[in-house]
Amino acid sequence: MSDPNRKAPDVTDTVSSTRPAPPPVALVNPANRNEGAPRGDDEQVLRLEDVNIFYGDYQAVRGVDMTIGRHQITALIGPSGCGKSTVLRSLNRMNDLIPGARVAGRVTYHGEDLYAREVDPIEVRRRIGMVFQKPNPFPKSIYDNIAYGPRVTGMRVSNMDELVEKALRRAALWDEVKDKRKQSALALSGGQQQRLCIARTIAVSPEVILMDEPCSALDPIATSKIEDLMFELSRDYTIVIVTHNMQQAARVSHRTAFFTAEVDEQGERHGRLIEYDTTNKIFTNPAQKRTEEYITGRFG
Amino acid sequence: MSTTSTPPASHAANPRHRPSLSQRRSRPGEVLFKLALQFCLLVAFAFLVALIAFAVIKGWNRLDPRLWQEMPTGAASRVARAGVQSAITGTLWVIGLTAAICLPIGIASAIYLEEYADNTRWYNRLLELNIQNLAGVPSIVFGILGLGLIARVIGLGFTVITAAIVLSLLVLPVVIIASREALRAVPRSIRQASYALGATRWQTTWRQVLPAAVPGMSTGAILALSRALGEAAPLILLGAVTFIRFNPDSLLSSYTTLPIQIYNLIKEPQAEFQELAAAAIVLLLVILLALNSAAILIRNRFQKRW
Ligand SMILES: Nc1ncnc2c1ncn2[C@@H]1O[C@H](COP(=O)(O)OP(=O)(O)O)[C@@H](O)[C@H]1O
Ligand SMILES: [Mg+2]
Repeated sequence: MSDPNRKAPDVTDTVSSTRPAPPPVALVNPANRNEGAPRGDDEQVLRLEDVNIFYGDYQAVRGVDMTIGRHQITALIGPSGCGKSTVLRSLNRMNDLIPGARVAGRVTYHGEDLYAREVDPIEVRRRIGMVFQKPNPFPKSIYDNIAYGPRVTGMRVSNMDELVEKALRRAALWDEVKDKRKQSALALSGGQQQRLCIARTIAVSPEVILMDEPCSALDPIATSKIEDLMFELSRDYTIVIVTHNMQQAARVSHRTAFFTAEVDEQGERHGRLIEYDTTNKIFTNPAQKRTEEYITGRFG
Repeated sequence: MSTTSTPPASHAANPRHRPSLSQRRSRPGEVLFKLALQFCLLVAFAFLVALIAFAVIKGWNRLDPRLWQEMPTGAASRVARAGVQSAITGTLWVIGLTAAICLPIGIASAIYLEEYADNTRWYNRLLELNIQNLAGVPSIVFGILGLGLIARVIGLGFTVITAAIVLSLLVLPVVIIASREALRAVPRSIRQASYALGATRWQTTWRQVLPAAVPGMSTGAILALSRALGEAAPLILLGAVTFIRFNPDSLLSSYTTLPIQIYNLIKEPQAEFQELAAAAIVLLLVILLALNSAAILIRNRFQKRW
């Protein structure tokens, strides 16, 4: 491991993570890994330039500019309804599936405009996967859940069993499910289901994984497992996570973007990006008053 | 909680004034209402039981293999040896064909409306409204359409295929509506998961949504077909009324069906015909009950799994 502060998740430990529980208000991460681009990886994977997102006539998000670095965990935080999920979905064109949703401005992936006419959204989603708030395994076996992505995307897989095993291992789920791969995924616990969803996403070898409040439906133990997993995955993947849990953002992310909803002259509410910086800076010395108020719990 | 709020008028605050719990009263309104509900249920159920009992008792003498081994007759002298075989085979032909026509079309339409159509477009909404309306059109109207358009203009005549097409049109709205409901019951999260892995719309529909919707769809399909099975009105116009003494052997055969055969038998004055009709009614009811039980069984067996 390149980073001494990162603890390797112990995949054999099925009961609980050995990581101590966070202090009640862990605004300053004691073991802060988050010095900007920690591993000399400052290549930009995604870039948003003046992004405005609409649902029909309603503008949900206004004027967002940010860049997302390679192999970093970027957290989007802010009060509910400020457009975090909306921004996240714009990164892999999941907004296309919502009738009336429209993205204006530029979202680029390695310099390529994601919304250019000739871009195939299917291809975008293969490279930029997504994990949802509520675990949503297919009502099929564990094995088929993972094999589904490679199958539908036409990946040439010489040995599917091996691929399934690798994905399960990578998602720290193998030891718990290796004997019941042919059983229904719906029999798993919530935390296991969510790790299965991560394994399923990994199976198509995306470069970026978007996570929309992946732990909000889970108990603390399952949450800490997913957080461990995120550290581990950030070595190979770029992760963007929406979370309403500030401690979680402080614990896991390298950079944090703080969003909030602002009321404009016409009295309409729009989500805006207020501050975006290293997680350390956001949580110890935010430049904006609103950020400080939010992270200290005085508003939101 | 503000500190200045008035103290709650809690009984606990002053135990001496706490009313006792043992004040059980009879509430005549409650009892009456419940009785009224039970009475209504009883009336509905009693009618059904009486109907079945009546048919069974009346047709008892004719509930034997003759019913499906013998052909119908129009002559009172031969009715003791007659059955309704051609009506049974005719029904099987017509319903089989109806299923083959209306299920693929109905399910495909439902998939289009649920998975592909943009509901914000006026033409899709118009389509939807019309399907709802079609479901309420009296079946005799479909018979008139079938007679004029399919039997005469297209020239398919009074045949099995004409009957199947008309019955398909009749139950198509039901199939579409039931299939749409089944599709809608598949959670959005399943579709999202599939799309997020890079699946196309077709792959998502075919591999995730449809399999999950099959139980609901089959329930709807069975109920729609059992409606077609009992339908007589449109077929009266479509040439099913004559006594047919042979089984259909092609799409262009003449035919009769059980409801029509029953209608024909009932018309005759002699008691022997009435008995045979009652036996045929029992047969039809058994088939309908079997189909509906199958629908319930499927529904229970594949209860929602998420
Ligand atoms: N599918 C949708 N259709 C219309 N409005 C939506 C939709 N999804 C979200 N919104 C609106 O966009 C705004 C931002 O929502 P969202 O991105 O879900 O916020 P967050 O994830 O930060 O809680 C909210 O005002 C919400 O009502
Ligand atoms: Mg959200």
